[in-house]
Amino acid sequence: MRPADRIVTPSNRDGLPADEREPLNALFAIYHSLTGKKYAMAITGFVGVAYVILHMLGNLQVFAGPTKLNAYGALLRSNTALLWAVRIILLAAVILHSMAAYQLARASWKSRPIGYIHWRPVASTYASRAMRWSGPILGLFIIYHLLHLTTGAAHPDFRHGDVYHNVVTGFHVWYVSAIYVVAMLFLGLHLYHGAWSMFLSVGINNPTFNGLIRGIATFFTIITVIGFISIPIAVLLGVIS
Amino acid sequence: MNLELYVWRQSDARSPGGMVRYEAEDIAPDMSFLEMLDVVNLKQIENGEEPIAFDSDCREGICGSCGMMINGVAHGPLRGAAVCQLHMRSFKNGETIHIEPWRSRAFPVIKDLVVDRSALDRIIQAGGYISVSTGGAPEANTILVSKQRTDLALDAAACIQCGACVAACPNGSAALFTASKVSNLALLPQGQPERNRRVISMVAAMDREGFGACSMHRECEAVCPKEISVNFIARMNWERLRAGFTRFGE
Repeated sequence: MRPADRIVTPSNRDGLPADEREPLNALFAIYHSLTGKKYAMAITGFVGVAYVILHMLGNLQVFAGPTKLNAYGALLRSNTALLWAVRIILLAAVILHSMAAYQLARASWKSRPIGYIHWRPVASTYASRAMRWSGPILGLFIIYHLLHLTTGAAHPDFRHGDVYHNVVTGFHVWYVSAIYVVAMLFLGLHLYHGAWSMFLSVGINNPTFNGLIRGIATFFTIITVIGFISIPIAVLLGVIS
Repeated sequence: MNLELYVWRQSDARSPGGMVRYEAEDIAPDMSFLEMLDVVNLKQIENGEEPIAFDSDCREGICGSCGMMINGVAHGPLRGAAVCQLHMRSFKNGETIHIEPWRSRAFPVIKDLVVDRSALDRIIQAGGYISVSTGGAPEANTILVSKQRTDLALDAAACIQCGACVAACPNGSAALFTASKVSNLALLPQGQPERNRRVISMVAAMDREGFGACSMHRECEAVCPKEISVNFIARMNWERLRAGFTRFGE
């Protein structure tokens, strides 16, 4: 596909190269553009945001005691097909999100080969400028978290099915809890920008409800971070034992 | 007032550049920033040295020719103003000012502070127009457009193609520029027949020129001399999505 093929001339009957008329090819062709990669970021990001909110709410059942929490764990695993379907969707979302992020970051780095000697932010937030490394940090944390509380490989005393025990013994190690708390602060940074900008990336935007989007994104960011952090802190303080 | 300047000097596109120190002396606070550079250049010429090259034309914020980074901010500290509309009263006596050109792979430096912005022209050539046979002008009110829509389209049309958005963007994206043209024409009746092809072609041209991707940092909006809103970038994203899934052939 030569670049010249994308220029609209009177001879292109409907203005599109031949291969974009096939649905699957059209999907790849859209992803080929930087804007298309942003759509992928927004959609996979939304999957992440939705997951993280539901995961936090489910985890808060630790405050309801071992019976409730372990029953919740059993419920999640009760339907193997559904469990693996969800796991595959989440894995695919994380992989596509990371891949698109890398490609976008690379394109953006290449767009300014000689940097400014002086550049001052005027309107951007720390959160927006930190996306490119808060993301990879969260990626590494996810890997650690899976090894810690899902497979148990990084856990000192992992017992399959006893979620409550795993959580309490896991967070009793102070530096493990510290890792989680720090990771959740990075999640807060990442969500503060991501949960808001994902709407604009797909064009969901209107002066009437833009303020609402910003407010909802901030609200969910705050409650998600606080909800997650409350658990290791509660374990360390002995509120949960 | 007297000021200390550090200005990017680069003799041509192939040479490396560097910051050179100058003293701007006896500058009146009512001078525009470009007048101040003219005064510095007069001294340069008197001393037999190469004057600092920079673009300017209308010097009233409407042509889009002028543009430079002043202390790390595109067009300097004044919001909604191009550098030609910035006056020296915005600076203090004795202040140090760092001046650099727009930096982007798509804007190669020609000399000193002058950059080649024809990449923006090529984006416009890729669809930033309507294909219409012109003849006698029809009566303007035969095509009805609401005032709200007209106002919004005109907000987008205010873009003067100066390139500050690209310069300020941490990602080097031309999204605000492309979006302003896409939005302007997508909002008006004359832009409808080619609406989908236009956005696909212009977004592809934007990528082809080597600009970066938009992450909604909103730096562009903050430095735009015409204060164009990032809402137009969201609109362009929607237009591109729509165009990708609309039945081909409009």
